[in-house]
Amino acid sequence: MSEGSYGEVIDYTKAPPLLEGNPTLSKIDESIAAPMEKFPSKKYFMALSVTLTMLLIGAVALGYTLYYGIGMWGNNIPVGWAFDITNFVFWIGIGHAGTLISAVLFLFRQRWRTAIARFAEAMTIFAVMCAGLFPLIHLGRPWYAAFVFPIPTQHGVWINWNSPLIWDVFAVSTYFTVSLMFWYIGLIPDLATMRDRTTNWFKKKVYSILSMGWRFSNRHWQQYEKVYVILAGLATPLVLSVHSIVSFDFAVSILPGWHTTIFPPYFVAGAIFSGFGMVMTGLIIVRKVFNLEYIITTDHLEKMAKVTLLVSMMVAYAYLMEPFIAWYSGDPVDWYLVLMRATGHYAVGFWIMVTCNVFIPQLFWFKKIRRNVAVLFVISLLINVGMWLERYIIIVTSLYRDFLPSSWHIYVPTIYDFGVLIGSFGLFFTLVLLFARSLPVISMSEVKGVAESAHPTHIGVEHE
Amino acid sequence: MSSGIRRLYGITALFDNPEKLLNAARAVVKEGYKDYDSYSPYPIHGLDAAMKLKRSYIGVVTLVAGLTGATLLVIFAWWTNSVDYPLVIGGKPLFAWPSYVPLTFEMTVLFGAVSTVTALLAVWLGLPRNSHPLHETEFMKKVADDGFGIAIESKDKKFDEKQTKEFLENLGAEKVELVYYEARELTLGETVLDPKFITAIVVVALLSSAATYLGLNQMLLIRPWSSLNVQAKVLPETKSAFYPDGFAMRPPVKGTVARGQMPYRYANDLAGAEKYMQNPLLPTKHVMEVGKRDFNTYCSPCHGYFADADSRLQGQFPVPPSLHIDSLVTAPDGLYYEVITNGYQGVMPSYARQIPRDERWAIIWYIRALQQAQNPGEVAEAK
Repeated sequence: MSEGSYGEVIDYTKAPPLLEGNPTLSKIDESIAAPMEKFPSKKYFMALSVTLTMLLIGAVALGYTLYYGIGMWGNNIPVGWAFDITNFVFWIGIGHAGTLISAVLFLFRQRWRTAIARFAEAMTIFAVMCAGLFPLIHLGRPWYAAFVFPIPTQHGVWINWNSPLIWDVFAVSTYFTVSLMFWYIGLIPDLATMRDRTTNWFKKKVYSILSMGWRFSNRHWQQYEKVYVILAGLATPLVLSVHSIVSFDFAVSILPGWHTTIFPPYFVAGAIFSGFGMVMTGLIIVRKVFNLEYIITTDHLEKMAKVTLLVSMMVAYAYLMEPFIAWYSGDPVDWYLVLMRATGHYAVGFWIMVTCNVFIPQLFWFKKIRRNVAVLFVISLLINVGMWLERYIIIVTSLYRDFLPSSWHIYVPTIYDFGVLIGSFGLFFTLVLLFARSLPVISMSEVKGVAESAHPTHIGVEHE
Repeated sequence: MSSGIRRLYGITALFDNPEKLLNAARAVVKEGYKDYDSYSPYPIHGLDAAMKLKRSYIGVVTLVAGLTGATLLVIFAWWTNSVDYPLVIGGKPLFAWPSYVPLTFEMTVLFGAVSTVTALLAVWLGLPRNSHPLHETEFMKKVADDGFGIAIESKDKKFDEKQTKEFLENLGAEKVELVYYEARELTLGETVLDPKFITAIVVVALLSSAATYLGLNQMLLIRPWSSLNVQAKVLPETKSAFYPDGFAMRPPVKGTVARGQMPYRYANDLAGAEKYMQNPLLPTKHVMEVGKRDFNTYCSPCHGYFADADSRLQGQFPVPPSLHIDSLVTAPDGLYYEVITNGYQGVMPSYARQIPRDERWAIIWYIRALQQAQNPGEVAEAK
């Protein structure tokens, strides 16, 4: 064979560069800081007007709900946990990808995470904020939320430590606190860079206060890196515990369809799945709008698609195992519920859910699809739809057909249900847009650390 | 600003790549400098070893704080649920430790993470500190972006302005500069007694108390927060447009008796009560126990535990006659019932509100038992 007939020889022993085009360090700073330093484009304001409109719709729906009570929603007895708990679980799930990307991938030394970690962490925080809203408004009288905390009150009774709902409160608030600190610790060096870049006196004040006077000292970096590893080590089991505890809300009850031991791992897998879907949606928009394609490369998106495919199959396994256990247990109520899910009033939702979560992600087996950003964007949106429907199906179908036929009742959401849901999306994306304008969406110090020639080669120097 | 004297902080040197910084750090250590530091926009692999830094022990904080969090949660859950307000839930034991496992884990993480971060920032790094001499220097701006630098402080024993400068220049530094600071930067001008600070504290205190007052005492009393006070229901003694007579309260339907509202025909008619009332209960063990309980609660303060007029009120209230005198031992049950229900001659008050009808009869059985115990044979004869 003549030379060259093998085509291009790819060196598979060498990982492709994490940044395209080998940019200089100050070029990296410049392009990450650009969204904060330039006056935003028209596109940005158009996006902001859409999200603010959604937020306003949510505010009106929420106002009606608070003024007239949650009777404005379609909730009834027995379907008392309809849209709001669906939204709660959905948003908490979205929030799991952030810590997973930033902590778990960090511990596994996946250095490609640097480009997407900051954004994913910010999404975590915003998603948990959206999630926390729903149990609060579901109370009807939100100020009674104080009773879920172990505070001494005049009636003397303390909280019930055996209740998964109480565990939920502790788990979600711990998760929010730890995620926030993880995010903030990562931001400090970048805030210091912004402090030294900016010329506006007001921004300088804000960045100075927020960066706490970070000095890039190596003695500080040493401690900082150690703490980062510790936090990642703490956050990793925390991610798994939080959604397990959320699933206990269901699994500890005795309703058919909820009372299963597969719920904790099933919920965790679902959370990672939906979180990756949402991070992908957000990243594809951000890299396009702010021209960061050479930092958030197609390689990153492809890797995320691979993780998504893996988790999609875990979710599929749970979908198969649920009916199998219902059939194998021989419990007629459990089996009836499986049939009702697949063929009953909510069958359309069920099959859309299966299609979006199991069948469509199988397209990720093809490299061409994994690297096609437009297709990825559409699929990531479909995953979001599918995962929202999953929680809806789990909650509503189990409640509307329980053990006692006399209590069966159909559930139909009202426009106020949809209004609050739209409002939560509005809140989330408004926060994402404001974040993209005011803080570095990509970690400057970490991306600089993975640039080519960022580290000494150690040639001719003894390595300690 | 120029209130103080300018003093030398140290000498900074900038290098253009991490390799040079690494070599420079090695040379600085070899030369014997102690008060120096390397600066880089991101942590550089191998620099800790080159600077011969000791390993970080901040993990101890995480361990201690995490274990503290776990312990506190278990102790707190045990104390609240088993000691302070014992609460049996789902038939579980008071100290149901398997239920505490998830929260013990959460508290380990929460305490561990918060303490580690706080300790890192406040203790290990000494932040926040925005008054360091290196702030606002060209050196810091370069290091924040793409520079790699070393700064040797003037307080180092080996420091000599001229020699150190030469030494750094020989290491291949691009730029060597002297950094000065004003003495004011060391002793902060602001004190706690600064009138501005005190004014700010007072204003914040007033605003937050006003907000708390308005929120909790005013806002919660208007709609929709007042929904517990203002409800769609009729209250006693109010008007209603719904009924022709305009009263919200309705009279009972003719010929019916509301639950627990059995009419009592012999009110203030002692003779009638004596003649026609009979104890409807049988002296079962349960009846006796209820009678004893109620007698000890309501009757014994004046009548004594044995109905022998052994008042515990020490003369603050008229002492009643003993229930063991002949006329009372032989009196019919109706007399007791009427006296318990409506009181006696303005001396004994009515107990109709405190004691339900059947419990009054139970008390009468208990009185009979007491009488029989004191005067064996006589009660049986009277009956």
